[in-house]
Amino acid sequence: MTTKSILKIDDVAIRFAGDSGDGMQLTGTKFTDETALAGNDLSTYPDFPAEIRAPAGTMAGVSGYQIHFSSKDIHTPADKVDLLVAFNPAALRANVADVRSQGMVIINGEAFTKKALVRAGYAEDPLPDLATRFNLVEIPLTSLNREALQGLALSQREVDRCKNFFALGLLCWLYQRPMKATERWLNGKFKGDVREGNLRTLRSGHAFGETTELFPTHYSIPSAKIEAGTYRNITGNTALAWGIVAAGEQMNNPVFLGAYPITPASEVLHEVARHRNFGVKTFQAEDEIAAASATIGAAFAGQLAVTISSGPGFILKQEAIGLAVMVELPLVAINVQRAGPATGSPTKTEQGDLLAAIFGRHSQSPVPVLAPASPGDCFHTVLEAFKIAVDFMTPVVVLSDGYLANSAEPWQIPDIKSLPRKPVSFAKADDADNFQPYSRNSETLARPWAIPGTPGLEHRIGGLTKEDISGNIVYGPENHQHMVNLRAEKIARIATVIPPIEVEGPDSGALLVIGWGGTRGAITAAIEETREKGREVSQAHLRHLNPFPSNLGDVLKRFDNILCPELNEGQLSMLLRSRYLVDVQPFSKIAGQPFKVSEIFERIDTILNQKD
Amino acid sequence: MAAEAAPKLTRKDFVADQDVRWCPGCGDYSILANVQRVMPELGVPRENIVFISGIGCSSRFPYYMNTYGFHTIHGRAPAFATGAKTANPDLSVWVVTGDGDGLSIGGNHLLHTIRRNLDIQILLFNNRVYGLTKGQYSPTSELGMKTKSSPFGSIDHPIDPISFALGCGATFVARTIDVDAPHLQQVLRRAHQHKGTSFVEILQNCPVFNDGVFSEVEDRKTRSESALVLEQGQPLTFGSAGSLKGIVMQNGLPQIIELADDDDPVERGVVVHDERQEMPSYASALATLKRPDFPVPVGVIREVEKPCYEEMLVDQVNAATEQNGRGDLRDLLNSGDTWEVS
Ligand code: SF4
Repeated sequence: MTTKSILKIDDVAIRFAGDSGDGMQLTGTKFTDETALAGNDLSTYPDFPAEIRAPAGTMAGVSGYQIHFSSKDIHTPADKVDLLVAFNPAALRANVADVRSQGMVIINGEAFTKKALVRAGYAEDPLPDLATRFNLVEIPLTSLNREALQGLALSQREVDRCKNFFALGLLCWLYQRPMKATERWLNGKFKGDVREGNLRTLRSGHAFGETTELFPTHYSIPSAKIEAGTYRNITGNTALAWGIVAAGEQMNNPVFLGAYPITPASEVLHEVARHRNFGVKTFQAEDEIAAASATIGAAFAGQLAVTISSGPGFILKQEAIGLAVMVELPLVAINVQRAGPATGSPTKTEQGDLLAAIFGRHSQSPVPVLAPASPGDCFHTVLEAFKIAVDFMTPVVVLSDGYLANSAEPWQIPDIKSLPRKPVSFAKADDADNFQPYSRNSETLARPWAIPGTPGLEHRIGGLTKEDISGNIVYGPENHQHMVNLRAEKIARIATVIPPIEVEGPDSGALLVIGWGGTRGAITAAIEETREKGREVSQAHLRHLNPFPSNLGDVLKRFDNILCPELNEGQLSMLLRSRYLVDVQPFSKIAGQPFKVSEIFERIDTILNQKD
Repeated sequence: MAAEAAPKLTRKDFVADQDVRWCPGCGDYSILANVQRVMPELGVPRENIVFISGIGCSSRFPYYMNTYGFHTIHGRAPAFATGAKTANPDLSVWVVTGDGDGLSIGGNHLLHTIRRNLDIQILLFNNRVYGLTKGQYSPTSELGMKTKSSPFGSIDHPIDPISFALGCGATFVARTIDVDAPHLQQVLRRAHQHKGTSFVEILQNCPVFNDGVFSEVEDRKTRSESALVLEQGQPLTFGSAGSLKGIVMQNGLPQIIELADDDDPVERGVVVHDERQEMPSYASALATLKRPDFPVPVGVIREVEKPCYEEMLVDQVNAATEQNGRGDLRDLLNSGDTWEVS
């Protein structure tokens, strides 16, 4: 056996692709765990079909998981991959365009039968051509896996289902990943021969890399220099769920989550439902409207109330959110945005609901809107949303998206003591003599949160136009105008408690790139690339979409050009233009996919060239 | 320390300081007065009582009750009530809805709330017409009813609220009449006593858009002939002395037989009312009795026991806490694979 050379590199992106039944998401997450433990910075991008099991071997059924890892700070899953593992011809065909020139393509050679090629839509064998453009490595994955599992009491089907772990073992060897986390997971998850089979094939895959002639080199990627602390991998959906649980702890009040299953938000319901021992109550409603309505009912009764959905479901909740605006009850409504309209592409990402969140209810119905910028940031955003909701007695909308929902990144686990902590306070029975349901806090304009069960504070709230302070139903024109103004003013005052927007880079100059939500990683990476080429450019990223930070107008006016990349037709651009009368240049992409770094980089480059 | 005896509440304590804005002569006035009269008898502290409604004439109800109240959005009151009751199971939650609010736009929520069997009361005021939107036919309007939106007569087959509730698996189903104060109060008390979702249909007159639709049962003179008053363990008889009648079952179908004043109805085969039958078939058969062929059954049609949603949820929270200990946020954030960077 020859000793293999080890090549030190800084940055790698790989993608696993196969049928949705091949376990690609699992393989990807396990590789991600190992990579995190190896100390690299990383960013992942799972991309899977909406169909649970589309016909095997077809393009419709291809599921992919991309991971970018590095010894440096990275912000995106990478535009192109260095290595593609394709389990069948359809997976190859759907993904090979994203492999960099002369990158490595590992295929399961045995899956490339004539029939399979036809199912994938290949008129002729693509391999001879691909071999000229890529480093094509064919391995007999099916039989290698079968060999490794000989003698186990498993059916042929069960044996074949283990083959993703053979590939995982091989990749762990190729990039010198430990396999401990995966082994621990397998030991906990399975029993008997299934466990044995998976463990064996994982190790066989690793040993295969060591012995085969196919891979003369393997790679080491030094750990990244990141801030000291304890880290874990987290996806946006998990971070949302934990933010919801954390809100109950930090505000010392039980949480109620009402939701109806919808992709890609359901996982948040699943995750929160597991944590009943925190006292959280989850309610799977009969529909989206009931989910929002029950949640507002729970808020009325004094719970920290949150409802979660995606695009179409969020729109169904709008009437109920409008009622929460009218009766001024605290509510957090999370929308994990997805590509639409209508059913659209449920598993694909988009930022199409910004205007709907701000303006999508009938009449004047202002709500604060927040958007997390990274998977881990979802946790902190939810905590902030609850705080605003309770402090200002208002529904708050949080706009996550499909990309943040499923992507993972290393997340520095926050010290609990560093998290905001503010127990909720309700109106008390001692205040009964002076109690008025719509009396106002002079700073925030919030009304009291007076919950059923409190003697002496019995009162009625509802959707009808009411008089301030007393809450009595009044339809007069002056009162109506007054209440509209008052609710608008209350939301506007939130700008006094949110931090000013920070400009990263020079605080005036040729170009500011401004974005919001889940596009931050791609924008940051494009800006870093621009700077590496010796050019100045500034970045600002909005977490608060309504109201805007109070210094935003001043910041925008200090730049000659403003570029606003968004995964929609320019919704933030429209808001900024109309609000501040500045010439914001929209940069839209609505392809169900996140921005590629190169797309933003080139746009920045074009603007700076025009300027020169 | 001896607890101070709470002062006994009266009807007046439940009257809110708002002007009531229903049309003169509306059946809702009588229902409101009787609900206010029953409240002090229930032994529930006033602060624990919550009225939740949707949209429509009946849904103005919470504004007139001096309790906690929430006038919500069209059709969704059962969902709001679900959230409130789940949040605080100590509350006595009353949903007030109508035939349009509850059975048309809110039919789905009514279905699922009943099926979950939260311990709440749902009062559905059935006047067989849309009042607040000025007189369109509703889901309980008779076929052929002429309204502004059905100038040639309604071609919608009506739904029967009692059959609907039974179909949803309701554990308590009753029907009563807006102007029959003693009966209405008795049914409200029973609805409150029942543990689980109590569904009560209240036949209610809308003098403006559907006057007299229930006049036969509302009018004392014709009530004995047209209403079948249900009492547990009593035979299903109606009519007055000299013209007594009873309900018998023949080939699984209800039939009316004439009774002599000195007949023993049970001996004659008249069905004995049993609201506690687990099988819903008897209650469903009762629900099919309609004018003009049969008298309208009023009273408690069915009462059975089933676990309540909010209690099972609290049990799960307690069980999870017992099994895994009270959740700890630090442990949660550090669960699974973590690594140190120094
Ligand atoms: S319209 Fe009919 S139901 Fe409505 S308040 Fe007037 S009388 Fe009563």
